[in-house]
Amino acid sequence: MTQIDYTRAAKYFLLADFFKGFKLGMKYFFAPKATINYPHETGPLSPRFRGEHALRRYPNGEERCIACKLCEAICPAQAITIDAEPREDGSRRTTRYDIDMTKCIYCGFCQEACPVDAIVEGPNFEFSTETREELFYNKEKLLENGERWEAEIARNLEVDAPYR
Amino acid sequence: MAEFFSNTTAGILIVVVAQILLVVVPLLVALAFLMYADRKIWAAVQMRRGPNVVGVYGLLQSFADFLKYIVKEIVVPAGADRAVYFLAPMISLVMALVAWAVIPFNDGWVLADINVAILYVFAISSLEVYGVIMGGWASNSKYPFLGSLRSAAQMISYEVSIGLIIIGVIISTGSMNFGDIVTAQDGNLGLFNWYWLPHLPMLFLFFISALAETNRPPFDLPEAESELVAGYQVEYSSTPFLLFMIGELVAVVLMCALVSLLFFGGWLSPIPGLPDGILWMVMKMLLVFFVFSMVKAITPRYRYDQLMRLGWKVFLPMSLFWVVFVSFAAKFGWFWGAFARWGM
Repeated sequence: MTQIDYTRAAKYFLLADFFKGFKLGMKYFFAPKATINYPHETGPLSPRFRGEHALRRYPNGEERCIACKLCEAICPAQAITIDAEPREDGSRRTTRYDIDMTKCIYCGFCQEACPVDAIVEGPNFEFSTETREELFYNKEKLLENGERWEAEIARNLEVDAPYR
Repeated sequence: MAEFFSNTTAGILIVVVAQILLVVVPLLVALAFLMYADRKIWAAVQMRRGPNVVGVYGLLQSFADFLKYIVKEIVVPAGADRAVYFLAPMISLVMALVAWAVIPFNDGWVLADINVAILYVFAISSLEVYGVIMGGWASNSKYPFLGSLRSAAQMISYEVSIGLIIIGVIISTGSMNFGDIVTAQDGNLGLFNWYWLPHLPMLFLFFISALAETNRPPFDLPEAESELVAGYQVEYSSTPFLLFMIGELVAVVLMCALVSLLFFGGWLSPIPGLPDGILWMVMKMLLVFFVFSMVKAITPRYRYDQLMRLGWKVFLPMSLFWVVFVSFAAKFGWFWGAFARWGM
């Protein structure tokens, strides 16, 4: 005859595990919520957060991008397409700067490669669209992003600078 | 005017329909908020917020869900048996609602005051399984079929012990009428007069069997999201799915009402001196529903063989023993007559 474990049997029939679980459940029932009320509250973002791209300008309004195409070369998803021509004043500038946001993997290599901090990934991650076409960003859209997020991008770069 | 309602066919019909609406409409409105409460409780245990956008504190979430289900497209699988496919959710809902005909909410507040009320509820809740089986079979799909097979075996297994537990209560009362069962629990000791005290082990057995009977976690094997996707509901969408969902929850609330009536004295007040009333009944049902929701949040799902083992090798012997024990206790007046209330 097999030995009966009476402690275990008593625990089983007295629903010990259930009451223990119930107690634990009630403890968490009254615990503060771990989730936030998202659209109205947002969690903290690191200065290194890699969100939507932006093309920046110098304070005098000149485009930073010099069409060196390092970002295009390093992009592992080949999401960036650049065409360049000399401008009237002889400086080299892009005529076309497209990022296919549906291809981009947000690795941040483009901003690492950029010698003039022109292309950066800003703090914005709420840029969903209703059509696919809206996610094919062109130069105009990227420069507009740069203007809109410049203050935050500049602050993030400054905060992160000591670690680079 | 009174003659019209008591003598003519049309008058009686109007009264009956009005009474039915008086039960069903508050029930369904309460159901919407219970569904919301269920989700909120589940969320709270997991430290989430739960629905909080639609209406104040998300109170209207269920109505938004209902509306969403109704305006969705009905997709019928190509190989489905259309007649049975659409009949299944209706049976599920109608059977769940029909059982409420004999549930009293207060002294005399009952649609059909029949003398075999508890037997009627038991029979109707057995028929509920047909909705699930038909739904799973008519879908002509693998997962729903597996889910409905599981459901059939599970519900039949646990009905055996539910039946025996109910027999214990019937022996104690000497009647199958809910009104009599509640009246028998009346006394000058308040809540210590109720059946939960003498029938304490059966309270737990009944509650756990009720979980299995209504396919609630931890016995939700017919739906088992992680293995069968949603069991018998897989091929359902739109309003038929909504009917299944409401039917399931109505059955859960029915079980809450049964636990309140059989073990917690229905509309009787727990403290001697306070007036009895429907408020106590509602509060008891809400309390039982809260435990139902908590169980959903804290228990993992049973394996199928464990489920069958529990039903046949633990619950059946225990409840069978209890029937014999209650019979002797009632006959010979053990425990100061706590088990024999028909003389009171």
